[in-house]
Amino acid sequence: MSSFWIMLIGSLVASSCGILGCFLILRRMAMLGDAISHAILPGIVFAFLISGSRESFPMLVGATLVGLLSTIIIQWMKQNGVQADAALSVTFTALFALGVILISLYTRQIDLDLDCVLYGEIAYVQWDTWQLGDLNMGPRALWMVGGVFLLNLLIILLFFKQFKLTTFDPALAAAVGIPVAFFHYLLMGMVSLTTVASFESVGAILVVAMLIAPAATAYLWTDRFHLMLSLSILFGILSAIGGYLLAVPLDASIAGCMAMMAGILFLFSFLFAPRHGLVSKWWYQRKWYSKPQ
Amino acid sequence: MTPPIEIQNLSVAYHKKLVLTDIHYTSPKGECIGIIGPNGAGKSTLLKAIMGLLPLATGTVLIDGQPIKQQRHKIGYVPQRESVDWDFPTNVFDVVLMGRYGKLGWFRRPNRADRQFAMECLEKVGMAELADRQISQLSGGQQQRVFLARALAQEAQIYLMDEPFAGVDAATEKAIIHVLHDLKQQEKTVFVVHHDLQTVEEYFDSLLLLNRKIIAAGPTKEVFQIDRLQQTYGGKLTVLSTQANAFMVR
Repeated sequence: MSSFWIMLIGSLVASSCGILGCFLILRRMAMLGDAISHAILPGIVFAFLISGSRESFPMLVGATLVGLLSTIIIQWMKQNGVQADAALSVTFTALFALGVILISLYTRQIDLDLDCVLYGEIAYVQWDTWQLGDLNMGPRALWMVGGVFLLNLLIILLFFKQFKLTTFDPALAAAVGIPVAFFHYLLMGMVSLTTVASFESVGAILVVAMLIAPAATAYLWTDRFHLMLSLSILFGILSAIGGYLLAVPLDASIAGCMAMMAGILFLFSFLFAPRHGLVSKWWYQRKWYSKPQ
Repeated sequence: MTPPIEIQNLSVAYHKKLVLTDIHYTSPKGECIGIIGPNGAGKSTLLKAIMGLLPLATGTVLIDGQPIKQQRHKIGYVPQRESVDWDFPTNVFDVVLMGRYGKLGWFRRPNRADRQFAMECLEKVGMAELADRQISQLSGGQQQRVFLARALAQEAQIYLMDEPFAGVDAATEKAIIHVLHDLKQQEKTVFVVHHDLQTVEEYFDSLLLLNRKIIAAGPTKEVFQIDRLQQTYGGKLTVLSTQANAFMVR
């Protein structure tokens, strides 16, 4: 049963991240996912300190707010003349460092160590179950990442056209009256929420792999946006399950293997995808040049 | 009769530097109006200010006598081709369908009538056969026609086009002229940011000569004069021959 829970939770994390990753990539914001996933750390620690427990709800809210705050800080710095990548790097490293300091200061009060923050502990999520009265509802992490996945899916389906148009052509979107800034921050809020929910399982660093790799892989396989979204979920699930099956015989870090698998799937697609892969590009070029003039 | 666009005392700043100052303008209705001026004159900025995409430093813009917020559906927009990422995973038809999004409101999806209309708009620019084509595989001229079709799909009263003729092939140029002609027949007002002085008299009924402020505005016959153009281009204009209508912009 434990392998099933791990693969299911991993798949849900990867699916949530995959969908959001598609938007991040197409908006040229891949690094912002990285930034948010680090910036939420002080939010998580604060929530631990204030609520005094690992209750998920205050943690979700607190850390999501800090994630959103970091995007607002980055935006504000950019508008005041700081270079975009500098603004991003300064903000997320400073906030992450604040989180590291807080953990080291309050290490006795909060049951949270840096290894777990960075790499997650998906192998243990099955022991942390949710008891509803006498009823064992299964791993708590499952409810958290499952709930967040459904919420993401619902929001994206509801506002599909708005997200699509603000991504492809923000000027037209604004011209027809779509509140572009609102959807930007809604997306950033979803990324924050998802990284917070995923962080317990896969950690702050590996969640970045899940945000970007499945979406980047999907981009190589299709020319249609809705297919890219579906494929990113598929590649996310393949990474999670494949990673687990790789980790068991190796007795290696499960989250590490899942991220590694996402990288392998990307590399394979980068080489062999039907139209955008290197091999097929090379093949078409050769055919083109060898055509009789 | 209220004018389609009425601008009063408009100024716009980018990063605290004024790009447009003291713009007063009342547009004629049902005409094709060229916006002419050198690089950095604020032509695109003017279009964006009209659509309410930029904060105004001073002044007001009225569309059919009302602020833009209530009138967004009356404006169709053709942005510069380079303003979007043509590697976005979508096809020609889908981009044209995006022109309908403004009419759909928050939750409605494009229905059969929207799709049919989008297809008709593609036909008008001669791109119906390419409906399924991935947008990254289009030529520059074809990209421009897709944007034109998308603006038509907006079913607007006023069209704002940002350099639709820039770097396009002869077929596209013809298609655009055809569309402009059609729009005029339907009493729509069209603004076109334009660079090629040779074709100005042929394309436009009225002109707006712009360089940070309005140098001249009015019917092409009255406004398209060498002294005014030289004033607009600030010494960057060389007149090769007035008879042949040959100009060179440095």
